[in-house]
Amino acid sequence: MIGAVLAGFIAALFAPWIHRAARGWAGWLIALVPAGLTLYFGAHLERLAGGETFSAVYAWVSSLGTDLAFRLDGLGALFALIISGVGALVIIYGGGYLKGDPQLGRFYAYVLMFMGAMLGVVLADNLITLFVFWELTSISSYLLIGFYHSEADSRASALQALLVTGTGGLAMLAGLVLLGQATGTYTISEMVTQPQAAQSSSLYGAILVLVLLGAFTKSAQFPFHFWLPGAMAAPTPVSAYLHSATMVKAGIYLLARLSPVLGGTDAWQISVTAVGGVTMVLGAYVAWRQVDLKRILAYSTVSALGMLVFLLGIGTEYAVKAALTVLLAHSLYKGTLFLVAGALDHETGTRDVTRLGGLWRAMPWTGTAALLGAASMAGLPPLFGFISKEVFYKAAYDAPDLAGPLTAAAVTGSVFMVTAAALVSLKPFFGARLETPKHPHEAPPSMLLGPVVLAGLGVLFAFVPSWVAEYGIRTAVEATLNHAAEIELELWPGLNVVLLLSLLTVAAGLAVYALRVPLQPWADRVDLGARVGPERGYRVLLGGMLWTADRQTRILQNGYLRVYLMTIVLTTVALTGYTLLTRADIEGVWRLPDARFYEIVVVALIVVAAIVVTQVQSRLAAVLALATVGYGVSLLYIMFGAPDLAMTQFSIETLTVVLFVLVIYRLPRFATLTNRAARLRDALIAASAGVLMTSLVLILTADTSRRHVTTFFSENSVLLAKGRNIVNVILVDFRAFDTLGEIIVLSVAAAGVYALMRLRPERERREALPETRATVELSAMAEADPPAEPQAADSGR
Amino acid sequence: MEVLLAVVIGTLYATGLYMMMRRSIVKLVIGLALLAYGSNLLIFTINGVTRGAPPIVPEGAVQPVEPFADPLPQALILTAIVIGFGVQAFTLVLFKRTYQSTQTDDLDAITSTEQSGKLKLPDMSRRGS
Repeated sequence: MIGAVLAGFIAALFAPWIHRAARGWAGWLIALVPAGLTLYFGAHLERLAGGETFSAVYAWVSSLGTDLAFRLDGLGALFALIISGVGALVIIYGGGYLKGDPQLGRFYAYVLMFMGAMLGVVLADNLITLFVFWELTSISSYLLIGFYHSEADSRASALQALLVTGTGGLAMLAGLVLLGQATGTYTISEMVTQPQAAQSSSLYGAILVLVLLGAFTKSAQFPFHFWLPGAMAAPTPVSAYLHSATMVKAGIYLLARLSPVLGGTDAWQISVTAVGGVTMVLGAYVAWRQVDLKRILAYSTVSALGMLVFLLGIGTEYAVKAALTVLLAHSLYKGTLFLVAGALDHETGTRDVTRLGGLWRAMPWTGTAALLGAASMAGLPPLFGFISKEVFYKAAYDAPDLAGPLTAAAVTGSVFMVTAAALVSLKPFFGARLETPKHPHEAPPSMLLGPVVLAGLGVLFAFVPSWVAEYGIRTAVEATLNHAAEIELELWPGLNVVLLLSLLTVAAGLAVYALRVPLQPWADRVDLGARVGPERGYRVLLGGMLWTADRQTRILQNGYLRVYLMTIVLTTVALTGYTLLTRADIEGVWRLPDARFYEIVVVALIVVAAIVVTQVQSRLAAVLALATVGYGVSLLYIMFGAPDLAMTQFSIETLTVVLFVLVIYRLPRFATLTNRAARLRDALIAASAGVLMTSLVLILTADTSRRHVTTFFSENSVLLAKGRNIVNVILVDFRAFDTLGEIIVLSVAAAGVYALMRLRPERERREALPETRATVELSAMAEADPPAEPQAADSGR
Repeated sequence: MEVLLAVVIGTLYATGLYMMMRRSIVKLVIGLALLAYGSNLLIFTINGVTRGAPPIVPEGAVQPVEPFADPLPQALILTAIVIGFGVQAFTLVLFKRTYQSTQTDDLDAITSTEQSGKLKLPDMSRRGS
């Protein structure tokens, strides 16, 4: 099964090459991958209906309860079939839609990557695995929304979608981890067998809020719905695939999948039903007032997603059945309509419904698909959308609580859906023929296949409802509820209240459509702030974050080294100093030195020389004082049993002086760049660091009885390494790799010095010509190559 | 003796940091050098020091005679001295090249990564005191 998930990712890697090799046929070729996957999942339906499930586990981070666990059951199969089936049609369609676009190869790659990620989401049987694929879908969605990346709008929409779904994803991760902690397992199929574990946990409230945040942002629920209309900046096949048929349903999938674990409580029912209901009504209400075909469809998608959430919130067996039926119907008709909108845009050059009209003659096939899709969306018989509308109404009508208001909400949302359906099908194809930017003609076969197949399935399914119920819906409902269920779907349920409601809905919807022009100003007054409000919130929040980041960067990353240093030093002194004062054991720390006279002389020399370094104006004097410090330190090494160190320090010191003099000899004297007050402030800060270091050393050296590691080296130096100088043995034997690293650092430094000396831009070399003195001196140094070849540096001068 | 060394270390840290907070690049490099001395001495001192007893195993013996200086910090410092020199050499040459391009030793005057031709920099060489 992992092969099925990985197929998309692997195909994505090769897609650009296939595109380059096969050109116009690439879409058809690449679509073989999702088409094959559709057959693969389809072949499992028979056995799934028989009650079997299929699972595969690949060890990943087992110690953290995270494995690549996949499981195919009815719910996963329903989603997987939609994902791979619509995927195949969309890839073929994309080949026609983006024909000639230099980035077409990238489009194939992104879509395939998305498909793999989405299959991962619906097949994952481990919460963490699910999360990983969930985020991958957000990322591929980001890439696809920003597909036309030269346009600022596309990039902003892509970022908005990523930020909204990404933030929700983070909340969801927290919720999933808490859920795993509460139930003791990260395996979903184990979790659903013990539903009480999560609901009786004290974390239940937090888990519910966090997981719902993830699901609601992904599935564009109010008040996070605003990213979905923005996502319409993507190429239309992407909108059809990600932003109506599949990705936005990931949140629905999560709710369905976790409903046995989290659902059934009052908190779940109230919050999920309310959010879904509000989204459903608002989305549809905003939809019919748009003029851009894609925005109409986007808001009606928001509405349909609200419908699904609403049904899952009601949570009865019948409501779950209705949800999955609506989900299947929606994927078919909304996919159709999006692809039709893309074809209209492609062939006429506009998506503005007010400029489209009377295209039936020019585009009969597209028009047929549009009519069938819209009729299904409006819930007209004999289409699958009619069946789904009937069960949807019945679920609301039979709801255990508040059936009246719920039914009213369902009908209100559906009325405007009918209007929107009429707007995208009747308006462009019938009525007076309007002039369009391009001369319209029928779309190419690649762009007809998708809408015609999807619309055709919408008709076909309506005539075999019991087959769909048995193989598509029943197993999915059983997997969602985690117990056996009886499902019946029928095209003609007989005359009842629900049918009357349907008739009323269609009539009212068409009435609004007919009167839309005079109604528009009235409708705009009742905007409810639904469209502007949350998006404004997003802008303010994002702007605030950028402002804070800007300010913080200006203060903390201001470009002045000394401010960084001061911050670091003062923080260290404050934190370490505080700890030392309050915690350290100062017994025996303040003691008299047992120093000999010559030691005191050397120490005094170093201290005086170090202070002189800070005070002199001449660079040469500063270098000489620095060298005095260095030689003084090497004297200390000699006195305290470190002849190797003393020798190294001594020779390096000599080299340093030579190097310094070579580089700075010709520079002017030090300028006094800071005023007295600043110097005093710096001196105080530096002194505080010095006092801190002195106290640290005093405290640490009060007890020097620990020499754990050294014992090993002194005992084994002769025995194992056959060397008597233990320091040397450590360097070339026990810790030889450190020495190798040291050699590498020196070589890199030498290469860097050489490069700086030799490889100068041509323009600058010409400009530097009059400066003969500096050039001569520099080339002398370049020949000498100072750091790696000490002797050469001497002779070079 | 560690008490005196602690004073030396403190002085080296203080003077090193003070020099690093100056605006002159050369002072920055010198400050780094002072800080390096301080850090090396810190490693050297932290586990106590032993007078005049290098960690060398006498001929005929298998182990050094107690007391002897701790060899481990010495090995660490030896590496640090050499690497410190490499870094210092690189920094100095980098400074030299920067100075040639910008004609300034003032860190605050170097605010852009653009080519020197586009920069209008004050002539710091006249402001020596």
